[in-house]
Amino acid sequence: MTVEQSPLAAFAHEGGDVRIAEIPFLTQLDLRLDPDGPAFPAVAKALGGELPTAPCTASRLGDVDALWLGPDEWLLLAEPGRQRELEVLLRAAIGEEHGAVVDVSAQRTALSLAGPAAREVLARGCSIDLDPRFAPAGTCVQTLLARTGVTIVVQEERFLLLVRASFAQYLAAWLVDSTDGAGR
Amino acid sequence: MQLIPCPWCGPREEAEFHYGGQAGVAYPENPAELDDEAWARYVFFRDNPKGPFAERWVHTAGCRRWFNAVRDTHTYRLMRVYR
Amino acid sequence: MTTSFRTAAGGRIDRSRPLRFTFDGRTYTGYAGDTLASALLANGVHRVATSIRYGRPRGIVTAGVAEPSAIVQIEAPFPEPMLAATAIELYDGLVARGLAGQGRLADKPDPARYDATHAHCEVLVVGAGPAGLTAALTAARAGVRVVIVDEQPEPGGALLGTDDRPALDWFAAVAAELRANPDVRFLRRCTAFGYYDDGFVLALEVLDPERTRQRVWRIRAKQVVVATGAHERPVVFAGNDRPGIMQAGAARTYLHRYGVLAGRRAAVFTTNDSAYPAAVELADAGVAIAGIVDPRDEIPAHWRAECERRGIAVHSSHVVTGTSGSDRVTRAHLAPLGGGPRSGLECDVLLVSGGWNPAVHLFSQARGALRFDEALGAFLPGGTVEGVRVAGSAAGVFELAACRAEGAARAAEALSELGVPAALPELPAVPPAPAGQPARVLWRVPGDEPERQFVDLQRDATAADVLQAVGAGLRSVEHVKRYTTISTAHDQGKTSGVVASGIVAEQLGVPVGDLGTTTFRPPYTPVAFAALAGRNTGELHDPVRVTSLHPWHVEHGALFENVGQWKRPWYYPHAGEDLTAAVLRECRAAREGVAMMDASTLGKIDVQGRDAGVLLDRLYTNLMSTLKVGSARYGVMCGVDGMVKDDGTVIRVDENRWLLTTTTGNAAMVLEWMEEWLQTEWPHLQVSLTSVTEHWATVALVGPRSREVLAQVAPGLDVGKEAFPFMSWRDATVAGIPARVCRISFSGELAYEINVNAWYGRALWEALLDAGEPLGITPYGTETMHVLRAEKGYPIIGQDTDGTVTPQDLGMSWIVSKKKPDFVGKRSFDRTENQRADRKHLVGLLPADGSTVLAEGAQILTNPDTPPMLGHVTSSYRSAALGRPFALALVRAGRDRIGETLHAWHDGASVPVTVTGPVLYDSEGARRDG
Repeated sequence: MTVEQSPLAAFAHEGGDVRIAEIPFLTQLDLRLDPDGPAFPAVAKALGGELPTAPCTASRLGDVDALWLGPDEWLLLAEPGRQRELEVLLRAAIGEEHGAVVDVSAQRTALSLAGPAAREVLARGCSIDLDPRFAPAGTCVQTLLARTGVTIVVQEERFLLLVRASFAQYLAAWLVDSTDGAGR
Repeated sequence: MQLIPCPWCGPREEAEFHYGGQAGVAYPENPAELDDEAWARYVFFRDNPKGPFAERWVHTAGCRRWFNAVRDTHTYRLMRVYR
Repeated sequence: MTTSFRTAAGGRIDRSRPLRFTFDGRTYTGYAGDTLASALLANGVHRVATSIRYGRPRGIVTAGVAEPSAIVQIEAPFPEPMLAATAIELYDGLVARGLAGQGRLADKPDPARYDATHAHCEVLVVGAGPAGLTAALTAARAGVRVVIVDEQPEPGGALLGTDDRPALDWFAAVAAELRANPDVRFLRRCTAFGYYDDGFVLALEVLDPERTRQRVWRIRAKQVVVATGAHERPVVFAGNDRPGIMQAGAARTYLHRYGVLAGRRAAVFTTNDSAYPAAVELADAGVAIAGIVDPRDEIPAHWRAECERRGIAVHSSHVVTGTSGSDRVTRAHLAPLGGGPRSGLECDVLLVSGGWNPAVHLFSQARGALRFDEALGAFLPGGTVEGVRVAGSAAGVFELAACRAEGAARAAEALSELGVPAALPELPAVPPAPAGQPARVLWRVPGDEPERQFVDLQRDATAADVLQAVGAGLRSVEHVKRYTTISTAHDQGKTSGVVASGIVAEQLGVPVGDLGTTTFRPPYTPVAFAALAGRNTGELHDPVRVTSLHPWHVEHGALFENVGQWKRPWYYPHAGEDLTAAVLRECRAAREGVAMMDASTLGKIDVQGRDAGVLLDRLYTNLMSTLKVGSARYGVMCGVDGMVKDDGTVIRVDENRWLLTTTTGNAAMVLEWMEEWLQTEWPHLQVSLTSVTEHWATVALVGPRSREVLAQVAPGLDVGKEAFPFMSWRDATVAGIPARVCRISFSGELAYEINVNAWYGRALWEALLDAGEPLGITPYGTETMHVLRAEKGYPIIGQDTDGTVTPQDLGMSWIVSKKKPDFVGKRSFDRTENQRADRKHLVGLLPADGSTVLAEGAQILTNPDTPPMLGHVTSSYRSAALGRPFALALVRAGRDRIGETLHAWHDGASVPVTVTGPVLYDSEGARRDG
């Protein structure tokens, strides 16, 4: 008998025109690949779309979100429980080429931040210009939020924040604090 | 808070970066062949110019890539970054 | 008390909203829109403070942030020290008192919130006077994002202190247009206090006194237009510090903006035209003007006529040489500039204008060069700074029409820099200003009482102090500043700094432009540390990192130790136990039964690629590439200098995949170090590094009976000594959870480290507790871990090492490969310095008395109480297994001293200690198989 526990125990908070909720147990795989190598198109074929190569962007490939983390590094997000299936798929596509697939599902947890004041809350701790004209949906930045590292994915109706599991409680507390006085 | 233009992610606040000292100091081909003096030069000695200085930086909080930057040590201005 | 100095009508205050406040124990009434200073003046209160050195009465000098004199302490709603009465917007219930130079910090936590936020814009405009508003309007109409900050509650800048109705109406219309634009952020009561690099400006917004008191804006602008206006400056004369001696422009502001008469009978002392409208308008408001004293020979015809019409005497070619009065000025003494018969003007206020200093602070902070303009007698922006432009009075332009035109022009330049087309807005026509006369630059009235000529009122520093500094040989204004303390107070010399430069220049006989000013450093106005801390206080002060097992530790009474940002269980006291008792119990369980620890904080790095073994061979001192799949190996990393950087275990997961651990505190450093070599030195190696520190929860299961517990929770795993030997790992199902079990030990006992996906950390932990319960399984913390490892002589990197210690110094030559041709650090081991026989070695120490627990850091001496010092204690504990305290120490030539008695300086006395090898327990390693 095993019980899964996410870092924030499915925490949710609403206030200051912002809704915050943990999205626990997502499948998260770190993928390393030479974007100019032969395995790159093979992976594109396997995933049903090309990994984003423009810095600081994310793409939806079928039912997988591919986040650019570096020139040869991506984070793949998918529904819970798909770790093994995706890892096998990717390893098969990479074949003998150099690449790496690492299950990092519990390394970070995901938070969604939505509502009219979401940008205002993020601006309290983030130095990135998240004006939708400069950071439209599909933007994906790794940066500092308050005093911890985060990956911020701009999606149509929300922001997705990925934070290291050990920092998750701190970040959640900071977000809740920052909703105080926001919006109205 | 200076902005450092990461060659991958674009301008970011300096707090996202770590400094890596002088650029272009190659690890010696064969350390065993160097005498103590030559080895100590590699380990301990670095240039300290007033003016343009080629440095290494890493975008720690971002893409984790190391890159080079030419910085004027007199004005702090970053004159150029390159991969 | 009646508000007897309030005009019958007028001003920008809201007379329908009276506010009650208390000053120096007396209750007064002011109006919404007042400052504390204007409300005090309205009540006839001039004496506000007492000077810090001489205890002289001090009054209100300015109507803004340049105030050098009227410094108060707010007592309620919450204590705030050292605020200028002229910059505090009045609110109901304010309680304040005047200060004698020093305030008092609150002795209780501040209940108010301080906020911080970032903002981004194409154009930032600082100042909402004529130049700033026009600049903002120009930029906003071009369609870019604009932030405009202004320290006042309403736009208008210096014109708020005039009766220029058409101009103020125009400002209101512009402000309304700006506020309606969603791309304009108009921040009122917001002071830009520092220009930093790359268009980064910090500004402090004052909100409400009770709830969110202040907010720091971190504004990143592509272009900045500085329109910060100018500060009126004084003339230094004897007795120039009495209450009632005020800037002429301030008195004008109190009249027009606040409906307050600064006095009943005013004398005026001015070196320029700007005090004339003040005198005339005050006269029209009913103030008797005792006379205008002007050192110039030529008085502008327009103002001479205006004065004549009102019967105001103008004493040209005269200066004020002194004053009388005790708590308030009663008389100004005047004399011809070149000397001559003295006379006097009876007055209750003396209004002074020595000219205007452009507020060049932000421009100077942006490294803009300044130049001295002889005609204006002021320092102006002289050079250019990328992305920063100065407009209006801050650039030495004082006429309304020109300020507006300049504001529009500077904004248009900024837009053009951004590649945005700009149209100059149509500006209202302004009647021409009356023809004037050039100002006379007069820093100080020549006189024989320099010790009564105050330069910096807040520091009580006088012209005599400046003369003494110059007499002592100081030639730089920076040195004079530090010698005299002039311009080092809360106001940072807004009224005194340039005057001090002028007096020094006069004394040295050099042009003031050659001498320059002292450095304009941020912050422009004082900023509370609480504001800079913002929301990063209390539990948000610094991130607290926790493992997936943390809630269990909290629920079970663990005390915690900070390891970097991590909270780690330190020990788990039972009822009535102290640290010593709990640790002895936990150690005994690990040595005699079974115990368990949360080891999840260890750094973990996944290494993949066909060159992984090559990279690890180059970075660890020992061979890693020969490791077999299924095996584990301990490794040490050194810097190029040969000093130990980190240690940990490495397992080989498959042919091209490895997993290494780092110490808790060095996880990020090691990954960055490895990436540095991989990316910058050996980019051709096919290796990828990924942090998996938090993906795994790690539980150390330790003790001679740990095998029994593991066997019970992992029935599918052959835990036999041969099937699962020391330094190997197996994938297994543990308590129903997929796990990786490593047989490694940091205690010398039979031990396992069980790794599972962190989501299952608690499930694993509780399963182990259940299974071990019949055996008395005992959770233990970092203190017990330290004792156990120290008994075995295992060093903690960063505690027993300090960046000057080689593996050989630690007695670990066995970890340094002789086979590998090279690895990072290898060449340094052969340096002469690192071959010396008298290097410090890690050894064990046994206090001879068998009872002293030596202080960590205690110095080791050859003799009981004299040098030489041989080293120091790095770790020291009580040992349940040894039945006595022991220590580890770095001791010069320590391995050659084994068996000797040395002395440790402990708690003010010398303690004899016996030197031993570092391994004090089970030195033959008999216990690791259980």
